[in-house]
Amino acid sequence: MKNVSKIIPCYAADTSGVCSALYEFGGMIVVHDASGCNSTYSTHDEPRWYDMRSDIYISALTETDAILGNDEKLIEDIVSAAKDRQPAFIALCGSPMPMMTGFDYEAVARDIQGRTGIPTFGLATNGTRSYISGAGMALEAIVSEFVHDMPKEDFDGTAINIIGATPLDFGLTGAVESMKKLFSECGIKVISSIGMGGTLDEIKNAASAKANLVVSYCGLPAAKYMEKEFGIPYICGVPVGEAGVVASELHRAVHDDRSGYMPIKRGQDIDGRAERLVIGEAVLSGSIAYEWKIQTRQAVDVLCPPDIDAELSPDKKDMPMYAEEDIKAYIKDRGIKEVVADPLYKYIIPEGCRLIELPHFAFSGRCFAKDMKDPTCNDYLDDLVLVINKKNK
Amino acid sequence: MLRKTELDRPPVVRLGDAPRGDFFAGGLEYNPPARGVWNIVHTGMLIPEAHEIFACAQGCLRGVILTAAEMNALDRMSWISVSEQGMFDGTLESDVVDGVSEIIEGLPYRPRAVLLYLSCIHLFAGCDFDIIIEELSEKFPDIDFSDCYMTPTMRKTISPDAKMRIRLYNGLKPLPVDERSVNIIGNDRATDENSELVRIIKDNGFTLRDITSCKTYDEYLDMAKAAVNIAYLPTAAMGCDELSERLGTKALYLPNSFDAAEIRANIAKLCETLGVECPDLTPFEEKANAALVSAKSAVDDTPIAIDFTAVTQPFSFAKLLVENGFNVKYIINDVLGEDGTAFDALKTLAPDIEIYSAVNVNMLHFPEEDHEKVIAVGQKAAHYFNTDYFVNIVQNGGYYGFTGIAEIARLIEEAANAPKDRRTLISHKGIGCESCI
Repeated sequence: MKNVSKIIPCYAADTSGVCSALYEFGGMIVVHDASGCNSTYSTHDEPRWYDMRSDIYISALTETDAILGNDEKLIEDIVSAAKDRQPAFIALCGSPMPMMTGFDYEAVARDIQGRTGIPTFGLATNGTRSYISGAGMALEAIVSEFVHDMPKEDFDGTAINIIGATPLDFGLTGAVESMKKLFSECGIKVISSIGMGGTLDEIKNAASAKANLVVSYCGLPAAKYMEKEFGIPYICGVPVGEAGVVASELHRAVHDDRSGYMPIKRGQDIDGRAERLVIGEAVLSGSIAYEWKIQTRQAVDVLCPPDIDAELSPDKKDMPMYAEEDIKAYIKDRGIKEVVADPLYKYIIPEGCRLIELPHFAFSGRCFAKDMKDPTCNDYLDDLVLVINKKNK
Repeated sequence: MLRKTELDRPPVVRLGDAPRGDFFAGGLEYNPPARGVWNIVHTGMLIPEAHEIFACAQGCLRGVILTAAEMNALDRMSWISVSEQGMFDGTLESDVVDGVSEIIEGLPYRPRAVLLYLSCIHLFAGCDFDIIIEELSEKFPDIDFSDCYMTPTMRKTISPDAKMRIRLYNGLKPLPVDERSVNIIGNDRATDENSELVRIIKDNGFTLRDITSCKTYDEYLDMAKAAVNIAYLPTAAMGCDELSERLGTKALYLPNSFDAAEIRANIAKLCETLGVECPDLTPFEEKANAALVSAKSAVDDTPIAIDFTAVTQPFSFAKLLVENGFNVKYIINDVLGEDGTAFDALKTLAPDIEIYSAVNVNMLHFPEEDHEKVIAVGQKAAHYFNTDYFVNIVQNGGYYGFTGIAEIARLIEEAANAPKDRRTLISHKGIGCESCI
């Protein structure tokens, strides 16, 4: 069965995606839930929780309130908390129970905004989808609320926004700062990071950018919105180890005024049968696979269990694959020899196949957080390939 | 000094002004980063040779799966995710039966028991859990299936923790009763071997069983032989009653009080039930008093903060400390539990103690506020009062009675003398469990 797992974890859910994406912007995020969502998110999906405070709360939904549809209590509680906390905005998302009761997020958000005067948006998460979905709708909401058209940045090079970086994909590895530094060396200035490492004030200037860089699929809805509203093209990709390909693609996007993808392949590689596989989030995994392929001149497949609906497959060979049994069979049936994936995939890697461990916070949470590495650092891929070569000897 | 009174929903109330029951108006809730308390995954894992299967939405699964992952027990946990469509297409029960069957047939070992957890949405949708258990039991007659619940929306009726401690003993079937055997029910850590509770049982030749010491499923099943089931944690009381009623044995609730008279009454009740002579408890009490004197000397007038996760009767504990000269200034607790008598007494004895909410939204930045040096009893207190001088226990730490008072006093003395690595300790999920982080 597709919805069964004997041993490997599931990925972080949409509610965690919302909270993670909006964490640093000074808003108040409320998850309409009994109690589990907040504990799960703050323990397993949020590495900033101990050191960086953020107004993220649960509604403490009870059975009685759910059955009787006591939305007024939720509204009053949020209005009261907003009065005490004075957030820059309020985001309301939810868990499975509000889905069952048909909770109207947009209507309640409008009501709260009317009572508080604070920008409020409802995000209809339900705890059954991946963090990609939640983070995607959250970043789109923040952009549509706070980004308005404005003159382009007066800068000789290319001014960009980085969209979609969250600790769920990048951990606390300093990846956003590294990207900013990397780009500054090749004539690219970062206006804002719409995700981690950014502020709401910076985001308000996002429309002054000439291009957007989508570093995880979480950022694609916001990038598409900005393309439609402000004519800003976007590129999907992560500068793995060096800025080269991504930087030139960004310059090209501005020059041609056309969005696109790094020449990454999602799903089966079109150049032939791959014996190598990367499992993880679509954009980062695709970027790793691309660089790995360039370095080794061998085909690399990519599986993206957290976002099987992603539109990032230029080759149209997406594999809708998230079930444990399907991933296990894919690796076995295709004779995959090496897999780059989170360490907890070890349980389903068949004999004879090597696992090169690449911790993914959205999968294994805190278990390997200390082993996560900044994918943009110079020796990231070299290390990866070295590990592989070493193991091959 | 009381603060935050200008807020719409202040997180603090003076004990002298606090109502009985809920101390604060309900509202949005914050989750502080103190992870020592056990959850239903940890508790279920106490049954040897059992496998846990959770059926719920991805968001709910995530927390339980990673609890198991962090305690290096992923091989004892599987899951079935529930989709939006699955909730409405009439396959709720069959999906669970098919999923559990597939999991069991694919496991590399045969579990003796399966704890099957359904969630709020299943119960809300009217899922027929009995049918699921029946079908699975017919299909796998060699496995004991237990219906378990991850239903936080129903926490006001019965907490998931208390419910879990009921279901924990569901596998026990009636056996010939051994009048010379006793169980301690519902605790998640062994009771101190030196406690008067354990010593009275063992010194009088009784066999003492406890799920925390069971190494095999057969040892677990042997718990059904006990003539007397004892619980001392509030969350274990219902489980103790249910088990005793089902097996036709005696239930004894001996709450973990810090009041000398109550401790004596509990021990007398125990001895009467076991039919043994009640020992002279004076030496135990004297030892406790000596430990308190020693701790007071180390602590001096440093303020003490106590939280409800460390001791199940925080007001009873506070009263004991106040009576022994300690400067108890803060208690973190949202609702009055079973120590109402001590709470009432403190209204006269120490009405200026400040009660803080553990979950109020206005506690978010409390750790960053200026705090005097505080010695904390419990992880939440350590977090909120930003102190590395703390006692790192949950649920009384397995300590009980006068011996328990002496031990916790010793821990306070230790805490006063040596700071701890707070971040590491309070980040560890489930004190006493393995942790990979």
